[in-house]
Amino acid sequence: MPASNADTDVEIMNSFTQPSLNSCHISSAMERNQLHRQLANMRKSLFDQGFLDEQFIQLEELQDDANPNFVEEVVTLYYRDSTRLILNIEQALDKSPLDLTKLDSLMHQFKGSSSSIGAKKVKLECTQFKEYCKAANGEGCKRTFLQVKKEYGTLKKKLEAYFQMARQVGPVETACRPK
Amino acid sequence: MDFGTGPSSTNTEAGSYKRIEGVGGNFSVLIVDDDPIIRRIHRVMLNKFGLVTHVVENGKEAVDLFRSDTCFDMVLMDMEMPIMDGPKATQELRAMGVNSMIVGVTSRGLESEKQSFMGAGLNRCHEKPLTTDIVTSLIQELIKHY
Repeated sequence: MPASNADTDVEIMNSFTQPSLNSCHISSAMERNQLHRQLANMRKSLFDQGFLDEQFIQLEELQDDANPNFVEEVVTLYYRDSTRLILNIEQALDKSPLDLTKLDSLMHQFKGSSSSIGAKKVKLECTQFKEYCKAANGEGCKRTFLQVKKEYGTLKKKLEAYFQMARQVGPVETACRPK
Repeated sequence: MDFGTGPSSTNTEAGSYKRIEGVGGNFSVLIVDDDPIIRRIHRVMLNKFGLVTHVVENGKEAVDLFRSDTCFDMVLMDMEMPIMDGPKATQELRAMGVNSMIVGVTSRGLESEKQSFMGAGLNRCHEKPLTTDIVTSLIQELIKHY
């Protein structure tokens, strides 16, 4: 996570007192600071709006120099692996009569994967789906699956934007690291 | 939870087994899970604690490894897997005389399901994914075994 705003502001102020720095450096530092803030705000809103939960933070804590892109890698793996699960669920929902045991099992797997990355809203919809399976409510399952896919897609877009911003912040920081 | 007793090694003929061991004698862990995301998360988490890890995708692969006289200090065993599930693999390992610490991991939250898995021969059972607090307590348990 980026340093506090106070620290980066001090850095900007200090840059004014160093005669060797030119306006380009000051502008870059301010732009970098703004990007950091944007990234932090994006991240905060993902939690405040209930898209992500504590598990995402657990993933962030595992990210380090040895695994610098760990969070993005795991999320990418999730979206790649879950495509197959979603397809299997769709195919199972097309069958008549519905095999609710199979549907419950497939959704259980998908829910587990979604939990692993902290996909809170997706997980909630998965839980609802499983409730409908238990209640032998096929129509409820079909309705809820639409919600599952909606939340899944929404989160994907938000995380793609977040990681794109994170990549933007990363190289900028590296390029302007003070000596 | 019941904790296993005895050393973490297979009861094969003396000197005939190959223990996976890291530099400096770090504990070794076999991660058994069909979910690639969980395998990745658990591997990175355990590596951060200095544990040496090996991953397989189902219970049969785990059993085959131990049958090839390869053993690990701890096994993280997923409950639901294709080909051979966690309870079956755990039963087979115990029947082979494997005394390694076997920790069940499951996304099933019901206590009855966890207890059923425990009955197969686990030392402990936790919901997945594991947290750093749980991994810390597992390592403490491993140290006690040694």
